[in-house]
Amino acid sequence: MLQRRRKIVNVVMLSLTGVCTVFIVSVLFVILGYLFWNGARYLTVNFFTKLPAPVGEAGGGMANAIVGSGKLLFLATLIGVPFGFLGGVYLAEFGTGMFPSMVRYMTDLLNGVPSIVIGIFAYGVVVAKMHHFSTLAGGLALGVMMVPIALRTTEEFLRGVPQSLREGAMALGASKARTIATVVIPAAIKGIFSGMMLDLARVAGETAPLLFTSLGNRFWSPGWDKPTAALPVMIYQYAVSPYDDWHRQAWAAGFVLLALVLLVNVIARLVLARASHAAG
Amino acid sequence: MTRRNSLAVFVALGCIGLPAFGQLSLTGAGATFPEPMYTKWFDDYRKVHPDVQINYQGIGSGGGIRGVTEGTVDFGATDGPMTDEQLKAFRDKRGCGVLHFPTVLGGVVPVYNIPGVNAELDFTPEALAGIFLGKITRWNDPAIANANPKVKLPGNDIIVVHRSDASGTTYVWVDFLSKISDEWKTKVGRNTAVNWPTGLGGSKNEGVAGQVKQSANSIGYVELIYAAQNHMSFGRVRNSSGVFVKASLESVTAAAAGVQMPDDFRVSITNPTGKNAYPIASFTWLLVPEVIKDNQKRDVITGFLHWMLGPGQKLTDALQYAPLPKMVVTKEEKAIAKVRSS
Amino acid sequence: MSAAPTVLPRSRAGSLADRLRLGDPFAYTLTVVCAASIFLVTCLLVYQLWLGSALSRHKFGWEFIFSSTWDPVTETYGAVPFMFGTVVTAILALLISVPIGLGAAIFLSEMALPAISDTLTFLIELLAAVPSVIYGLLGIFLLVPVLESTVVPALKSVIGFLPIFSGPFYGVSLFSASVVLSIMIVPFIISVSREVLLAVPVDQREAALSLGATKWETTWQVVVPYAKRGIYGSIFLALARALGETMAVTMVIGNTPHVPTSLLQPGDTIASVIANQFTEATSDMYISALIELGLVLFAITIIINGLARLLILTTGSKTGK
Repeated sequence: MLQRRRKIVNVVMLSLTGVCTVFIVSVLFVILGYLFWNGARYLTVNFFTKLPAPVGEAGGGMANAIVGSGKLLFLATLIGVPFGFLGGVYLAEFGTGMFPSMVRYMTDLLNGVPSIVIGIFAYGVVVAKMHHFSTLAGGLALGVMMVPIALRTTEEFLRGVPQSLREGAMALGASKARTIATVVIPAAIKGIFSGMMLDLARVAGETAPLLFTSLGNRFWSPGWDKPTAALPVMIYQYAVSPYDDWHRQAWAAGFVLLALVLLVNVIARLVLARASHAAG
Repeated sequence: MTRRNSLAVFVALGCIGLPAFGQLSLTGAGATFPEPMYTKWFDDYRKVHPDVQINYQGIGSGGGIRGVTEGTVDFGATDGPMTDEQLKAFRDKRGCGVLHFPTVLGGVVPVYNIPGVNAELDFTPEALAGIFLGKITRWNDPAIANANPKVKLPGNDIIVVHRSDASGTTYVWVDFLSKISDEWKTKVGRNTAVNWPTGLGGSKNEGVAGQVKQSANSIGYVELIYAAQNHMSFGRVRNSSGVFVKASLESVTAAAAGVQMPDDFRVSITNPTGKNAYPIASFTWLLVPEVIKDNQKRDVITGFLHWMLGPGQKLTDALQYAPLPKMVVTKEEKAIAKVRSS
Repeated sequence: MSAAPTVLPRSRAGSLADRLRLGDPFAYTLTVVCAASIFLVTCLLVYQLWLGSALSRHKFGWEFIFSSTWDPVTETYGAVPFMFGTVVTAILALLISVPIGLGAAIFLSEMALPAISDTLTFLIELLAAVPSVIYGLLGIFLLVPVLESTVVPALKSVIGFLPIFSGPFYGVSLFSASVVLSIMIVPFIISVSREVLLAVPVDQREAALSLGATKWETTWQVVVPYAKRGIYGSIFLALARALGETMAVTMVIGNTPHVPTSLLQPGDTIASVIANQFTEATSDMYISALIELGLVLFAITIIINGLARLLILTTGSKTGK
């Protein structure tokens, strides 16, 4: 009898785990499916080429938001990648002791800071000082958000490079700097690159820090010191509006944003998979 | 890609960010109520002056006041005139005053979504105050039912929707409630953001309208145009003469008819006298600093203000805003000269 | 660090890459400066929060975290409604996602064929990449109507007698926000838990099975406890994400600065209220109060982080990660 009970419990619980998995995977498909269905339906050429139209007028698009997001991500990369990468190099190659541990802790802390608080930070440091909202402020906020993950990724992959490679190079007479630059980093570069891509994809979807840094713009935003439209912010503004036309555009924008983010994710992970296979 | 190629691509991408010469752009922010009107105006103004780009962002009247005070925007917009404290704060921070320029008239209407009820409901001021105070909780409460004898109201709970952000629309609504209900005045008060006794919050006019649309048995308040554009049912409100008036261009204009416009243009026209006057109407203002050092920007703003008082006023009807009374336009034309360079 | 830099081959001297590798001291300085600036930025951030919230801190003191009045008219601000919303939505999201996530992780590590497991994990990790605002979009137009029409009535018929699940359902509510959050954090739990479960040595399983345990008993009583540390880690990771989530939450929580008496009522979280009101706070005190809320959230994050480290440190050292 005990045997039977145990057997029943076994079957039931294991099936439940299967149910959980099926449930989650179907949620994923529902989310993606619904978004792609609605988004693709409402995607028009206007969306990519036109500026937003005044409320109630049809034919508007999000051309400026697409470019705006591009500029913001450009800035974010410019800020986030160098600091994250070089910081990661430091921790991986020179990093034992009190100071490196503190840097690691601070990085983890920064990673845990909610994005809205980063927005407050960027507001205080850039917007309040410059006295206007700007692409620069938004780019800074996103860049700061990129740093912790860029740093951790770099450190992890550099640490993953076998010590023998380093020792081999140094045995041949290379300086530490040369070893790092010509041997260690190239060995880890695929992993680091895909990590950076994932990081970029993550901040591409961030909305909160942009709300009070780059604000928004119904027109083109030349230069770096003016407010700019951004895709996630437009989605938010249009989604909470009562206009059906804006809702449709929000779906289309969501489709575009998600498609790009997922594309980058899939590519990055494939690169990563191939890199780890090569490393054995 | 070789290293040089990728560097070239990077630089090319960076060039997209280079400023375009010859374009003057201004940023304004504030009230969401006039946002449809302003976006149309700025869009049309750009057609007339292609080198000028005025970017308006609707973030709520509170944001407009704050933005223009901090100087993070070139001009602000608000449905609730700045208080004396806010004026003083502006003066302290910026060293000069701030001018209010009325642009259009609008009304704030009670929108509701009661499944099965398509009729137009009549609301007494007391009913509205009671609902928003949370004391009248069901749709078939006598306070509402008595004013609507022909309508079968359900016994469902009323879901109240209000603004979650600081808003001039709120200011107009609670200004009215404060005038007709002492309890409201002492318990809640008037401001762009208040401590609501009950209800859900929606962000901006869009959020409230959207929320009401999606929640059965709900009531909220939005600007007339949002209700009209979204084909939402909105009710009539009883004015001080005892007449139930529906918000419209005529009734909103009637509300401003007898107004004594002060020199600084800060005036409240809720609960006015007048048989046909809609009781919850208001001007909406652009906030412009008295001193604008940048000559180009100053010219653009003053130029726009003149245009707004001329051709701009002709565009209001199409979007369901009431144009300014002639007397106000004349007075305002003269006031534009107050914007100085130093 | 070795002494002098080596002599560069003539043919490659002068290229950009070579010029960058000027030597060890340079490399060290460059990287240390970057690491230090990260350190400095974090300190600057905390300093900014501290400075920005000064007005509010001086006026309210500790009252701020005990008061539940948020009234811009009388300029009285208190953090309780938002702390409540933040913590409750996060905990409820965990209550929903941990059992399901752990269940799925167990299935993927113990039951599924490797190819299927890898593919499904890949797909599930894609869920983690979906931006918050898109969850919000789907929340408004898909989730809330579904909750309203089927899920909540069904739940109410079962547990509607509980006070925390009573009252009318408006769609936007603490419950809706918690459900959205749970979907957002479940991929983290699955991904990390699955990895630590896979890392449990095979001989542990074999030992249990050879003693006559069923597969479930092996999993639940041997494998999972062995991987306890990593699983706790995944839960804290998910918790940290849930606490800081802004957009998806603000779009479905109802934005009401009161402490609700039922999960079906609207509420607010710290991140959500800051997002809503920051650009419009009209007075310096108002902004200061919002920044102080940011400080409170930051403090909560640090405390959770600290607890996580403590828990992981004290939970046996025989497990990996």
